[in-house]
Amino acid sequence: MSISKISEKKDWDIVVDANASFFTIKFKELTHYKDLLYLLVRRDFVFIYKQTVLGPIWLFLQPMLTTLVFLFIFGRVAGMGTGGVPKPLFYLTGIISWSFFSESLTKTANVFSINAPIFGKVYFPRIIVPISNIIGSFIRLVIQLVLLFLVMIYFNQTAGFKIEFGFGQLFLPFLFLLLGVFGLGIGLLFSALTTKYRDLSHLLLFGVQLLMFASPVIFPLSSTPKSLIKIMSYNPLSAIFESIRFYLLGTGTVDSLNLLYAVVFCITSLVLGILVFNKAEKSFIDTI
Amino acid sequence: MDSILEVNNISKLYRLGEIGTGTLGNDFKRWFQKSILKQQDPYLQIGKENNRNKMEEGDVFYSLNDISFSISQGESLGIIGRNGAGKSTLLKILSRITSPTTGSLKIKGRVTSLLEVGTGFHPDLTGRENIFLNGAILGMRKKEIARKLDSIIDFSGIGSFIDTPVRRYSSGMYVRLAFSVAAHLESEILILDEVLSVGDFEFQKKCTEKMNELKNAEGKTIILVSHNIDAIRSFCKKSLFLENGRLKMFDETNLVADAYMRGNHEGFEYKTNLVEIKFESKGFDIINFGIRNGECPPFDKPISRDKSIRFEFVYNKKTVAENNFVVFKYKDIEGNYICTMDSYNQLQIDKQGEGRIVMKTHPFFFNTGKYRVDLFIHGIFEDGVRPIFEQRDILNFEVVASTMLFSENLGVDEGYLHPVANWRIEEINQI
Repeated sequence: MSISKISEKKDWDIVVDANASFFTIKFKELTHYKDLLYLLVRRDFVFIYKQTVLGPIWLFLQPMLTTLVFLFIFGRVAGMGTGGVPKPLFYLTGIISWSFFSESLTKTANVFSINAPIFGKVYFPRIIVPISNIIGSFIRLVIQLVLLFLVMIYFNQTAGFKIEFGFGQLFLPFLFLLLGVFGLGIGLLFSALTTKYRDLSHLLLFGVQLLMFASPVIFPLSSTPKSLIKIMSYNPLSAIFESIRFYLLGTGTVDSLNLLYAVVFCITSLVLGILVFNKAEKSFIDTI
Repeated sequence: MDSILEVNNISKLYRLGEIGTGTLGNDFKRWFQKSILKQQDPYLQIGKENNRNKMEEGDVFYSLNDISFSISQGESLGIIGRNGAGKSTLLKILSRITSPTTGSLKIKGRVTSLLEVGTGFHPDLTGRENIFLNGAILGMRKKEIARKLDSIIDFSGIGSFIDTPVRRYSSGMYVRLAFSVAAHLESEILILDEVLSVGDFEFQKKCTEKMNELKNAEGKTIILVSHNIDAIRSFCKKSLFLENGRLKMFDETNLVADAYMRGNHEGFEYKTNLVEIKFESKGFDIINFGIRNGECPPFDKPISRDKSIRFEFVYNKKTVAENNFVVFKYKDIEGNYICTMDSYNQLQIDKQGEGRIVMKTHPFFFNTGKYRVDLFIHGIFEDGVRPIFEQRDILNFEVVASTMLFSENLGVDEGYLHPVANWRIEEINQI
């Protein structure tokens, strides 16, 4: 005990204390590791497409094939409406946005178990890995949005679909960011739990699938019964997806109150997620 | 001198057999008491020793118990102790991979730990790309790595293969590249876990030279964990001796290493008597266990090397569900396994009830030295072999040289075993 009293005057670079506060986040340390962040993003990209035959074409093929399936099931068989927008366009928008969200969420939630071999041998701020995952997902999203834009132009030429430009479109990056933040936040919250209760990651995968049907992804909010709209609006994803479609395709509604609710919800989940993650990263290696 | 690293009253608690307290309710209760009320962990048992022989399922034990020490700038530290003494846990806490249950740790400057070579290497990336990635994982900035790139490649001796994916590397090349990155880290404290034992002899020599250079010329602090006492003696000024999770000694390396070597023999008690010991398990009881030297009655003196050693024990087999066989595992005094003998092909226990097993080694099988025995009884089930009884360190014994056949100038025979072999001369051109 006497040692610690004398040394309190010195400035230590690293202090680890078992009784440290729940709320310590080391931002200074994060900036030191920004190169690692870049290299991890790059690694994931290079490695995913290095060994596949079709390479980056998968980025386009996957949403396009899913759109075809949705066209058949929801468009033809179920006969669901899309609010006046060409169906392929509607589904493609939903699929691209949704896969960005679900990828952000599930990858973050399993970050400890996937990276356990590295985490068990070297220290670096663990949060770097989920952040690199999100950035990777974001890059894929941007590439896929280019595809969407091409499809939009096609429908503009052939089916007379109107593409409108305005200040509203500047709002889109913010909406996608919100989607990413939400996925990251919920993922971080679950990441701590999946280290302790392994079966949770299976449950989560299943839950995310169900969540898609509980959110206006493949149908517009306007097509749901009036009595359900109120319940649907508790889901922050409703406002986000409706707004994305409004600014991209010119269909749907933007309810500023609901959107504000979504913003608060997403930021709260991120803050809570970071706190829980911080707590979990200290000793997860003992339980995994 | 200013200290560069301070460890104050660090303990690390592990729970065995289960993860967490088992239920969400208990987990929540613990969290609430610790984090909100700032009270002691209700599931923490203070003062329990790290003794893995006495563990039960679901038990709580201290891997580290109240460790405090500090080291100064440029002073290297060795950590020694037997298997399971808590060395790895201490390393993990020092390198911040896991956090202590109680206590605190303060460090000046950067710390890099090398608990494994090539952490984060990706097989599909080229050597050059992996240098950057691995370097960044270990805490280097890109600029730093770029500046040292030539030196790293040069040190590794990979040469023109540097732009080949590392999946095509031989394991030697892989390790050499990984160590080169680590050797060029710009951190004040370097934590190493027996990584010196990599690569071929040439490369090992190069590594040792590099380590000495880091320590002497660049004034870095190196923390080294090794079973190799000679490496610690030559490398570290001070050493720390861990035993059962407690800090037994922290002093000049020579003193600590001597104490460690002595301790290896002091703690040794003869356990060769045929005594009533009675170990019970679900399917098997062991009623006694012991050694007879040759045909003599049981005794507890060292055993002569030229005699066969007779191990015997009385058991009670409680079920007839499966056949059983006996496994003896022999260890040296530090707990390193030497050899295993099982009765699978010669003897299987199929009848229920009490019996005595007798096993005799050939004369000269064991070399002189002190040995420990683990006893296992395995069951042969339809879906494979499973242990149904185990008792570690059931017995200790010492083997001594029999005669003065060899002169003392020759010293002792090296190694653990001294088996008899068939020797003969085939005449080719003798007179």
